[in-house]
Amino acid sequence: MLMKRKDLSIILIIAFVIGVFPWLTGKNEYFISLLVFMGINAMITLGLSLLMGYAGQISLGHAAFFGLGAYSSGILTVQYGLSPVAGFVFGILLSAAVAYLVGIPTLRLKGHYMAVATLGFGEIVFILFNELSFLTGGPSGLSGIPALAVGDLPLEGTAYLYLVWGLVLLLLLFSLNLINSRVGRALRAVHGSELAAGAMGVDASLYKIQVFVLSAVYASMGGSLYAHFISFISPSSFSLMFSILLLMMVVVGGTETIWGAILGAAVLTLLPEYLRGLEDFEVLAYGAILMAVLLFMPKGILEGFQRLWARAQGGS
Amino acid sequence: MTFASQMIQYLFTGLTLGSIYALVALGFTMIYNATGIINLAQGEFVMLGGLVMVFFAAVLKMPLYLGLLLTILVVTLVGVIFERLAIHPLKEASLITLIMITLAGSILFRGGAMFLWGKDPYALPAFTQSRPVQFLGATLQAQIFWVLGITVFAVAGVHFFFNRTLIGKAITACAFNPLAARLIGINVRKMVLLSFALSAAVGAVAGAIITPITLMEYDRGPLLALKGFAAAVLGGLGSGIGSVLAGFIIGILESFGAGLISSGYKDAIALLVLLIILWVKPTGILGSEEESGLKKF
Amino acid sequence: MSSEILNIQGLEKYFGGLRAIDELGFAVSEGQIKSVIGPNGAGKTTLFNLITGVFPPTRGVFTFAGKVLNGLKTHEIARLGISRTFQNLELFPNMNSLENVMLGCHRHTRAGIFRAGLRLPGMRQEEKKIREKAMEELRFIGLEEKALLGAKSLPLGEQKLLEIARALATQPRLLLLDEPAAGLNIRETETLSESILRIRGRGITVMLVEHDMSLVMGISDEVLVLNYGKKIAEGQPRDIQRNPGVIAAYLGEEAGNA
Repeated sequence: MLMKRKDLSIILIIAFVIGVFPWLTGKNEYFISLLVFMGINAMITLGLSLLMGYAGQISLGHAAFFGLGAYSSGILTVQYGLSPVAGFVFGILLSAAVAYLVGIPTLRLKGHYMAVATLGFGEIVFILFNELSFLTGGPSGLSGIPALAVGDLPLEGTAYLYLVWGLVLLLLLFSLNLINSRVGRALRAVHGSELAAGAMGVDASLYKIQVFVLSAVYASMGGSLYAHFISFISPSSFSLMFSILLLMMVVVGGTETIWGAILGAAVLTLLPEYLRGLEDFEVLAYGAILMAVLLFMPKGILEGFQRLWARAQGGS
Repeated sequence: MTFASQMIQYLFTGLTLGSIYALVALGFTMIYNATGIINLAQGEFVMLGGLVMVFFAAVLKMPLYLGLLLTILVVTLVGVIFERLAIHPLKEASLITLIMITLAGSILFRGGAMFLWGKDPYALPAFTQSRPVQFLGATLQAQIFWVLGITVFAVAGVHFFFNRTLIGKAITACAFNPLAARLIGINVRKMVLLSFALSAAVGAVAGAIITPITLMEYDRGPLLALKGFAAAVLGGLGSGIGSVLAGFIIGILESFGAGLISSGYKDAIALLVLLIILWVKPTGILGSEEESGLKKF
Repeated sequence: MSSEILNIQGLEKYFGGLRAIDELGFAVSEGQIKSVIGPNGAGKTTLFNLITGVFPPTRGVFTFAGKVLNGLKTHEIARLGISRTFQNLELFPNMNSLENVMLGCHRHTRAGIFRAGLRLPGMRQEEKKIREKAMEELRFIGLEEKALLGAKSLPLGEQKLLEIARALATQPRLLLLDEPAAGLNIRETETLSESILRIRGRGITVMLVEHDMSLVMGISDEVLVLNYGKKIAEGQPRDIQRNPGVIAAYLGEEAGNA
C-alpha cells in the first residue's frame, strides 16, 4: 500500500529509539548486544519478507546465506588476512551467485516442492560448513574474527549498534521504495495471481529470481556483521533450526507487511533470552508459539493486534 | 574383507536404510494422496516410534511384540491429535500456512522429545538375539532381516489397502476431487484423519525397527523426512511400489557413497539426489506427467 | 479493407485423450469486434488460453500482426500487444484497484530493482506517468471513485470492469474478453456493451467469448461458433442467428428439426 508518510515516520521513530537506547540503559553491554542481534535478524527477515510476504515464495534454507556471509567474512579476514570490506563484498557476491544458481531450478517448483528443495539446499550447505574444515574450521568453528574498525578505532558496543541499525534502516528504505514501485507491484502480482501477472506482461520467473537473490544478499550482509561482532562462528548457528527461526520471525510478525517482519525479528530475538533458564523447553516453546500463531493469528501478531485495535475502536 | 563382500555389506546396509526411507515415503504418499499436502512432520513420527519403543521395551521392559503394538498406538494417537487440532482447522488456509503448520508440528514433536528424552541417542535390543548371518563373506545383523521383512509386509499391506479395499480407494479419491468425493458419500474428514493415522503408524513401525541398528535421538526427524521425501518424489508420489524402489535406490546410493567416498558427506548424497529429482523431473521415475498435473503440487 | 491482426491455422489441442480443439482456423481483422460463441465445453476459453500461450497447441500456427506466436511464453505474447480478462476473474487481491491497473502499465516501463530501490529521478517520473495512465483507464471505465479500495471489495460487476481497465492499461492491440458479462445484471451488461464499443473506438481489436446473446449480437462485427472444439459457423450476427446448425448445437437436434 502507498503509505509513504506513515512508513517514514516509523523509520524515524526507530532511528530515534536506537539512537537514545544506549544512553537510556547506561551503555549496558548485554542490552546493546541484544539490540545488535535484533538488527542483524531484522536485516535477514527484511529480505525474507520481500520473498515470502510480497512475492509469495518460500525458503526454508535461508540460514545458508546467512552462513555464507558469515564464513566469507570470517575466512577472508582470518585465513587470508584481507580487509573486512573484502569479506563483506565477497559474501554478497557468493550468496548472490549461489542464490541465482539454486533459485533458477527451485523457483520453478510449486509450493511444497519449493519448500522441500530449499530445505534440502540449506542442509547441504550446513553439511559443507561442517565438512570443509580446512576452510571453515569444521564443527569446532572459526575464531579470531577481527572486530570492524575505522582506522585504528574499533567499532564496538554503541558504535556497532549504530552501524548495524544504520544499515537496517537504509535497507528498509530501499525495500519500501521497492514495494511502492513497479517492481513491488510485479512481485505482488506474481503472488496474487501468477496467471494474470503473465498475461499483463510480467515475467514471473525473472522477478522471483531477483527477489530471491536480493533476500540472499540481505542475509549475507547480516552474516558478515554477525561474524565481526561475535568474532567466533560455528556451523551450529547456521542450522535448520535457525532457518526455521527466521521463517518464524516473518510468519509470527506478519507476512502482510515489512513491519511485521521487523516486529517478528524483535520478538523472536528477545524470546530466547526469556527462555534461557528453560533450556529443555526451548524447542517445545518455539513449536507451540508457531502453532498458536498459525491457528489463531495466521497473518501474524502485527495484523492480529491491528484487528483487535480496530475492533476496540469500532466497539466504543 | 574382500572387495566383493564389502560391496555385499554396503548393499545390505543400503537396503536396510532404504527400507526406512521407503516407509517414510509411504507415509508422505498416504497423506498426500488424501489431502494434497506434504506433511513435514513425517520424520518425527519415525523418531517418536523409536523413542516411544525405547520407553516401553527398555524402560518398562515389556515384551517386544507388546511394546511394538503400544508404540504404534501411541504414535498413531499423536498423529490423530495433530490432524484434529492443527490440520483440520486450517483446511481452507493458504499454502504457506499449511506448510508452516506441519513444520510447527515437527518442531513441537521434536521439542517434546527433547524435553522427555533429552538430546542423547537411545538404543534398543534387537528383536531376536540370533547370531549375525554370514552371506558371501559379509556379516549381516539379524535385525536387518527384521527390517526388510517388516517393510515388505507393511508395503504390501498398504498397497493392498489402497488398491483393493473400498476405504483405501476412497482416500485416494479425496485428494483428486474432495467435492466429488463428498458428493458420492465419502466422509472426507474421516479419510483425511485415517490417512494421518496410517502415516503415523507406518512411521512408528519404521522407527521401532531401525532403532536397534542405528539408535534414535530427538532430532533425527528432519533428515529422515528429507530423504524419505526424496524417495517419495523419485517414486512418483502416487504409486506405493515406486516409493519402495526409490527408497532402496536412495539407501543404496547413500550406503555406497558413505563407504566409498566419505561418511561425512553421506547425508549430502541423498539430499543431492532429492534436489536433482525435484529440479529435473518432479514427477519421479514411476509417476506420470498427467497424474501429477492433476494434483495440487 | 483492414488487415488481419490475428490468424489461426490448423489448430488442434488434445488434453491426453480428450480433443478440446479440432482443426480450427480463422482470422480476426484489425479494429473489429469478433465474438466466439458455443455451448459450454466447446473450447472457447481453451482457445483464449492457447492464443495467450498458457499452454501450447498440439498442432497449429498462430500469427499476430505478422509475428508467429508459437513457442512464446505468456508474458512475451502480452508484450507483443495481446491482453485479456479471465472467466474466473484473476484480479490481484493483495492490491487496491488503482494498483491493479497500474500493474497493467508494467510492460511499458523499465525501472529495475536498483532504480526502484534507490528511487532515482527517472523512476519517479515513470511512477507519475503510470499513476496518471492508470487513473485515466479507471475514468474510462467509470471506476475512478474506487481507486483506493481493495480490488476484491468491489461488487462483481465492477471487478469485471476493473479487469478490463487493467488489460487496457497494457495498451493492447488485441483485447480478449472471456465472458465479461457473466454474473452481470441487465444494466451492468449495457454499460459493458457501451464500454466495449468505446474500446473499439480507441482502435483496439476485441475478441469476445460470451454466452449473453443480446450482447454478442448487439455489438459484434463477426461471430464464430464453436461446438466440441470445431467451427460450425462463422459470419455476420444475423446470419449466425438463422443458421440451423448453430440452433441445433444450442438447442439440440429436435429443436433444429422443428
